[in-house]
Amino acid sequence: MPGETATLAATEPAAKAAPAVLEVEGLKTWFFTRGGIVRAVDDVSFSLSEGETLAIVGESGCGKSITALSILGLVPSPPGRIVGGAVRLRGTDLLRVDEEAMRRVRGNEISMIFQEPMTSLNPVLTIGAQIEEALTLHQTALSRAEVRARAVEMLQLVRIPEPERRAKEYPHQLSGGMRQRAMIAMALSCNPRVLIADEPTTALDVTIQAQILELILDLQRRLGTAVILITHDLGVVAETAQRVIVMYAGRKVEEAEVFALFEQPLHPYTRGLMGSIPHLVDETTERLAEIPGMVPALNALPPGCAFAPRCTMATDRCRAEMPPYREWQAGHFSACWHAEALMTGRSPPPLAGEG
Amino acid sequence: MGVDRMLSATPDSAPTPTLPRARGRGNVLEVEGLTKHFAVRKGLLRRAVGKVYAVDGVSFAIAPGETLGLVGESGCGKSTVGRTAMRLIEPTAGSIHLQGQDITRLSRAEMRPHRRAMQIIFQDPYASLNPRIPAGEIVGEPLRVHGLADARQREERVAALFQRVGLRPAQMRNYPHEFSGGQRQRIGIARALALDPALIIGDEPVSALDVSIQAQVINLLRDLQGERGLSYLFIAHDLAVVRHISHRVAVMYLGRIVELAETRALFATPQHPYTEALLAAVPVADPRKRRPRRIIQGDVPSPIRPPPGCHFHTRCPYAEARCRELAPPLKQVAPGHLAACHLR
Repeated sequence: MPGETATLAATEPAAKAAPAVLEVEGLKTWFFTRGGIVRAVDDVSFSLSEGETLAIVGESGCGKSITALSILGLVPSPPGRIVGGAVRLRGTDLLRVDEEAMRRVRGNEISMIFQEPMTSLNPVLTIGAQIEEALTLHQTALSRAEVRARAVEMLQLVRIPEPERRAKEYPHQLSGGMRQRAMIAMALSCNPRVLIADEPTTALDVTIQAQILELILDLQRRLGTAVILITHDLGVVAETAQRVIVMYAGRKVEEAEVFALFEQPLHPYTRGLMGSIPHLVDETTERLAEIPGMVPALNALPPGCAFAPRCTMATDRCRAEMPPYREWQAGHFSACWHAEALMTGRSPPPLAGEG
Repeated sequence: MGVDRMLSATPDSAPTPTLPRARGRGNVLEVEGLTKHFAVRKGLLRRAVGKVYAVDGVSFAIAPGETLGLVGESGCGKSTVGRTAMRLIEPTAGSIHLQGQDITRLSRAEMRPHRRAMQIIFQDPYASLNPRIPAGEIVGEPLRVHGLADARQREERVAALFQRVGLRPAQMRNYPHEFSGGQRQRIGIARALALDPALIIGDEPVSALDVSIQAQVINLLRDLQGERGLSYLFIAHDLAVVRHISHRVAVMYLGRIVELAETRALFATPQHPYTEALLAAVPVADPRKRRPRRIIQGDVPSPIRPPPGCHFHTRCPYAEARCRELAPPLKQVAPGHLAACHLR
């Protein structure tokens, strides 16, 4: 590959204007199973600035959710173990603090909301009581009455109608969209610096999804929370994120500002993902581009690039050597031996099914 | 190219079944006034205390080689329409004609020959495949049940079906758990194809699949339609997927069809405020197209107590007094374009 090293910039992320709240460095979360070692998250690094929305996108099993659980110290162990790396919250490495300290972080400094709110809400406690619980645990200075008032205030903030009445209701009495609102109210009640939203709208209908996404972005603007949005939906990414990380088989394969990523993806996997989704507004109803084959088993990854077996651009080098993760344009990183060809637009071969 | 052939599966000269009431002779499936109410039972004696108005007077027709998309949010009744049309659920009222024959009141035995013409594939292929039976036998079972082939012929037919849907014939001996989600959906499709049906009802057939696999299955379904002239009733909540695969689209809200039109017309010029709201809510995978959206507020009301008049009036930004009282009929607002709205 001529000139492939000539354009390389530093591999460190570019310095950001806003200070980083959260820095993940070389995170490795492996699962030790009878079938072998599953490298669910393998050498993942990123940083999150104050007030920023970072999307982590990828298909099932790419490691996006395990990355989130690793940050919060919630990886089921055994069989999972964080075998390397650091997760720094304003300088403190969360992988080195004890469980007691971690409990003060969860829900207080870093909060998380999940796809299915019903599984993370307690069915025998009222919505109000559950928000109050988070407040009493972390905001010990508040009096009983203040806690109660704050819980209702939070429900109002997430635009649940009749918050006083809803606070006295149980999760099953709320609709799916209302439950997700209650979850968000709970997650934001202690004013966390970081909100991790793991597929927060995947279980919701499209009109409710639009309401919830708008709510998350609006609250973020008002409260200055940094958001990590984990999703498989490129539409959600395009509408909400500032920066995007694309994961495949436990590794980061691309990272860029959202406009740059959609303008010119520098990894064939990202390009394949974009080609394989049908659009609402395109002019033609052409055949969808397929990514042939399927994601490899994480305990039997091929040598070289994990995407090579499905990649139309793959060469012998891809199959033999793992491509380095490099910055190809300012703030645009990718791990592909052919990134330069994608960047210069030098006749990338058509995707399967195209043309 | 295959694409052109697929798109011309419904030639312009074909009877366009846009008016559901006119019973065209050539339609594969015609459903008229289809209604399904489920009783809500409570207490020790399981007394009926109310009804879920799951499907409430739905009419449509599907031509040979045509895909009708049926979209709507959860609880709108779209899956119940599919299952009732299949006679897996007994309709409360209305009629179902399959290839011109009234199958609404046929007994199980009388239904059997008709089942060959109409097959269904489900969202979760794993839940619909018997885990104790090898994949080859699952696909061959319809042939055995209908006594259509002896063991050797069956083996050959199944091997050919495996190959066609992108599985290796050697995988016929594997059990469902040995396949990935996308491969299981391919098994479901092969089973549905075994009897060479005229119509396949797909109930969210690609919703559980990752996007790269979803594209593979959508392309397979389109190729099969081009080759075999299949008709599809494609039930899904993903509007982009429905737009991609359907010739015409029906939009359901709380048990009723609120709009039905050619795909292009429905997406370019939606006539019902609910369709408009649905389209506005879909996130667009292009950050340059971020737009201020008009998001409709509120939740879908309960189908146990649907609002009077137009079901959508509680969330409709244009609702007037008459919308709260009178249910608007589904009427033609442009050639081949039906909408149920007082304001059109």
